[in-house]
Amino acid sequence: MVTFKVLKYVVYDVLRSRMVIAYALLLFIFSYALFYLESDPSKSVLSLLNIILLLVPLVSIIFGTIHFYNSKEFIEMLLAQPMSRRSIFFSEFFGLSMSLTVALLFGVGIPAIVFGFNSNSLFLILIGTLLTFIFVAISIWSAVITNDKAKGIGISLLLWFYFAILYDGIVLLILFYFSDYPMEKVMMTLTALNPIDLGRILMLLRLDVSALMGYTGAVFQKFLGTSSGTITALSLLILWFIAPLYFGNRFFGKKDL
Amino acid sequence: MSKLRVDHLSKSFKSLPALKDVSADFGEGEVVCLIGPNGSGKTTFIKSILGLVIPDAGEIFVSNHLIDGSWNYRRGIGYMPQINRFPDNIKVRQVFEMIKDIRRHRGELDEQLYSEFQLNNIAEKRMSTLSGGMRQKVNAALSFLFNPDILILDEPTAGLDPAASELLKEKIISSRANEKLILITTHNMNDVDELADKVMLLTDGSLKFFGSPAELKSQTQTEKLSSALIKAYAENGHV
Repeated sequence: MVTFKVLKYVVYDVLRSRMVIAYALLLFIFSYALFYLESDPSKSVLSLLNIILLLVPLVSIIFGTIHFYNSKEFIEMLLAQPMSRRSIFFSEFFGLSMSLTVALLFGVGIPAIVFGFNSNSLFLILIGTLLTFIFVAISIWSAVITNDKAKGIGISLLLWFYFAILYDGIVLLILFYFSDYPMEKVMMTLTALNPIDLGRILMLLRLDVSALMGYTGAVFQKFLGTSSGTITALSLLILWFIAPLYFGNRFFGKKDL
Repeated sequence: MSKLRVDHLSKSFKSLPALKDVSADFGEGEVVCLIGPNGSGKTTFIKSILGLVIPDAGEIFVSNHLIDGSWNYRRGIGYMPQINRFPDNIKVRQVFEMIKDIRRHRGELDEQLYSEFQLNNIAEKRMSTLSGGMRQKVNAALSFLFNPDILILDEPTAGLDPAASELLKEKIISSRANEKLILITTHNMNDVDELADKVMLLTDGSLKFFGSPAELKSQTQTEKLSSALIKAYAENGHV
C-alpha cells in the first residue's frame, strides 16, 4: 500500500515538530503531578479526564489544521506522483492522528505506569486516542473545505469552542426552558452530537461516579445501563471520526489544488 | 508520435475563467516553452495535465490514453514545481527514498543531476534548513530521476545559480535528444531563445500562438524574440 509509505514520513516529520514535543511534555507534567498529588489513582484519573477532554481536542484540531495547510505544496508534489488522492488523504490523516496518539501515550501512559497501571488509566488513554482521531478528522475536513488558512483555523477553533465550552451552556439552556417536558430522549440525542461529552460519559460510566455524570450522563446510564451505554457511546465515537473523514475524502477527491 | 494532446480544455475558478478552449498537440523530442503574462493560465494548464486541477471541459491524452480521474499515467511524468516544500523535519536523503518508494521504478534511475548538483553533500540535512535554490536542485534532480517520457518544469531556472541553471539546460537538451517531451514555463526570454523548439503563448487563458520561435518573429515582424513577445503581450492589453 502506497499510503503506508507516505504515512511513515508524515509520522517521522510530525514527531519531530516542536509543538508535538511540547504537547507530550505538557501532558506528562499534568499526569505526573496529578498521580503524584493524589493517593487514590482513580481520583487522579478523574482530574486527568477533565484536562484531557479539554486539551486533546484543542491540540488535535489546531495542529491538524495548521499541519494540513503547511503540507499544501508537499501534497501537490505527492499528487504529481503516481498516487491516488485517497492514499494521500489517508496518509495525512493517519500520520497526524497516530503521531498525536504517540504523544498522548508518552504523556499519560508513562506516569500511569509509574504510579501503578490499572484498567481505568488504560480506559482514559483509549478515550484520549479516540478524541485525537476524531478531532484530527474534523481538522482535516475543515482544512480541505476552505482554501484560506485563516478561515480554516477559524472554523477549527470555533468547532472546538462549541464542543468544549458552548455545548454545555446550550444543554443547560434547553433544559431550563423546557423543564416542564420529558427531556430524556432529547438529551440522549444532544449527547450523541458531542464527542467530548460522549468521552466524558464513557469514563464516568466506567468509574461509576453518578454524582459527577451530569444530566446527560445520568440519562445515559438510566436508559442504557452501564454496559450497553458504554457500547453505544463507543460506537457513536467511532461514527464521529468516520463521518468527517468520509466527507473530507469526498471533497478532497474533487478539489482543485 | 503524439506524447501529449489537449483538446478544448476549459477551466474557471468561481466564474473567473483561467483556461478558455485550449487545444494543443505535443510530440516527442520537443522542448515547448509555455509563456504568457502573470495570471495567463500557465500554471492551471500544467496542473490540469498533472491532475491537480480538474478541468470543466475538454480532454487530455497522455501517450494517446485519455486521462480521466486515473493516476497511473503520472508514472511517465516528471514534475518540477515552482515552489516545493517537503515536510520540514525530513532529510534530503529521505525525500529521495520516499519518492523512490512511491514510484517503485523498475528501470534504471537517472542520477546525473543528483551527482552534478552534488546533492550527496547535503543528503543528511533537513529540508527546512535548505535555501530556495538548494530545494530547486532537489526538485530538478527528482523530476529527472525516473527517466520519465514527459518532463514538466515550472520556472526551472528561476531560483538556480548560473552554474546549476547551465547544468539543467544541458540536461534538458540531452533529454530532447532522447525523444522526451519537455514542457517548460518561463519568463526568461534567454531560456526560450536557447531551448525552445516551440513556443506556446497564453494570454488571459486563451491560446494566442503555438509554433516555432521563428514563426512568432515573422508574425510580429521583429528580429528579437523578446520584442516579439512584448508585441504579442501588448496586443492583448498587457504590458
